[in-house]
Amino acid sequence: MLELKHISFGVNDEGQDKEIIRDVSLTLPDGQLAVVTGPNGGGKSTLARLIAGIEKPASGQILWNGQDITGWGITERARAGIAFAFQQPVRFKGIQVLDLIRLAAGNPLSAAEACRYLARVGLCARDYIDREVNASLSGGELKRIEIATVLARGAALSVFDEPEAGIDLWSFQNLIEVFEQMRADIAGSSILIISHQERILNIADQVIVIRDGQVAEQGPREQVLPGLIGTASAVRECRRISGQDGGN
Amino acid sequence: MLKLDEIQKRLLREVADLHTVPEGAYNIRANSQSAGRQSTANIEIIPKTDVSGLDIRIKPGTKHESVHIPVVMTESGLTEVVYNDFYIGEGADVVIVAGCGIDNCGNQDSQHDGIHRFFVGRGAHIRYVEKHYGSGTGKGKRILNPVTEVYQDEDSAVEMEMVQIKGVDDTTRTTRAELKAGARLVVRERLMTHGEQNAISIYDVQLNGEGASADVVSRSVARDNSYQKFDAKLVGNAACTGHTECDSIIMDQGRILAVPGLEANNVDAALVHEAAIGKIAGDQIIKLMTLGLTEQEAEEQIVNGFLK
Repeated sequence: MLELKHISFGVNDEGQDKEIIRDVSLTLPDGQLAVVTGPNGGGKSTLARLIAGIEKPASGQILWNGQDITGWGITERARAGIAFAFQQPVRFKGIQVLDLIRLAAGNPLSAAEACRYLARVGLCARDYIDREVNASLSGGELKRIEIATVLARGAALSVFDEPEAGIDLWSFQNLIEVFEQMRADIAGSSILIISHQERILNIADQVIVIRDGQVAEQGPREQVLPGLIGTASAVRECRRISGQDGGN
Repeated sequence: MLKLDEIQKRLLREVADLHTVPEGAYNIRANSQSAGRQSTANIEIIPKTDVSGLDIRIKPGTKHESVHIPVVMTESGLTEVVYNDFYIGEGADVVIVAGCGIDNCGNQDSQHDGIHRFFVGRGAHIRYVEKHYGSGTGKGKRILNPVTEVYQDEDSAVEMEMVQIKGVDDTTRTTRAELKAGARLVVRERLMTHGEQNAISIYDVQLNGEGASADVVSRSVARDNSYQKFDAKLVGNAACTGHTECDSIIMDQGRILAVPGLEANNVDAALVHEAAIGKIAGDQIIKLMTLGLTEQEAEEQIVNGFLK
């Protein structure tokens, strides 16, 4: 179980202190799929980075299975079972897709085993396994490889920062199947997705709305989602394609 | 293998991936002596009589054969200059594996300067692999100054893989090439320097014939207080294409100087140079840390991948 207690985080922007996250508290029980939504610039991505340990909160506590991990680094949190999929995947010269999946799995998987993760994200594994994770891959391909690395982690908590952004030529249905398969494969595992996609919100157990750095709403999907339909916190695919994409 | 001790065998594995006597033609040079030599029906290895070195003659049309000519040095204070000339017959297709390993446990410098000349016949294709490696705890330096000259006849192809990853204190590598019409040269250089090491790599490629092409790519990592200079010059004297690229990672107090040089003497010469030097991107390290690697492990993976 993941618990955030009174988390605050700010940055110094051109000499001015700017608060990005203000006193956020939330709980993600084991086995749950939570979607964090809200308007662009509201602090959603920052929240995901705070959970992965990439950013450190100014105040507040992060508890993982009851243990205070606020002071833990990225590596320690990863080893404790927290996986993170970047909104904008990183490129590496020379490192091949197979290398990255092996590093994610933490063991030297056979090429055939690694291929299964690629197939799950809709990539024809044979064409990709030896490719370098470099600029020769499109944004959509990189994004799917990023998701495959998180699948290979088999983590107790997987955090996805806008997983649908840039996924071209691949249906949302596939992405949703990936999340559902993850829940089936890793007993008790929980998933936190940053997204304002209505179709992703539709599979959430819990919906959390972050606005102006604060939790504006939080509760079961049935309770929260109806009020979001038609707002920037629950958009349909066509709007995303027409350039409503963003991030923070 | 004759007359080789354990250290020499280890060096051979590092520079030539040799665990036993190689198949095909070979000459193994250990501490300035030949420790084994074999010619084949198509590849003749003949010691030079005027200077130290070999003439290697590959008959026209020789296919799928290899030549290994590794050098190992384990005596401190040895200095040698070796001249090896390769004559590759028309239409031959062969792999040539060179390389030098120095283990210096003494306090005197050990130095091997290999001067390799390749005369590549019309339509011939060679793959040339040269690895450099140094080890040993002595104060004496391990110095390698290879000179490679390539003379390519029409429609020939040369692929060169130059690797120096560890342990060589001082190196100046000079590669000169002259290409006739339709000839193709591909160079892949990988270099890592540590400590106080210095590495200078100089290329001078003359594209003299129509349709000649050259692609020279260096990937390097400079760590600690080491210094590297990459000085690549392509000269287009005909309708030709040329590309050089220097892609480098600097770490610690490492320093790198990349000197692009393009000279077009023909209006149809198309020449491109790319150079990028920088430290490891922070988000690359963060990504690998989110997979459970420590910062140091992440750096190692990034460097290993980069130099792979």
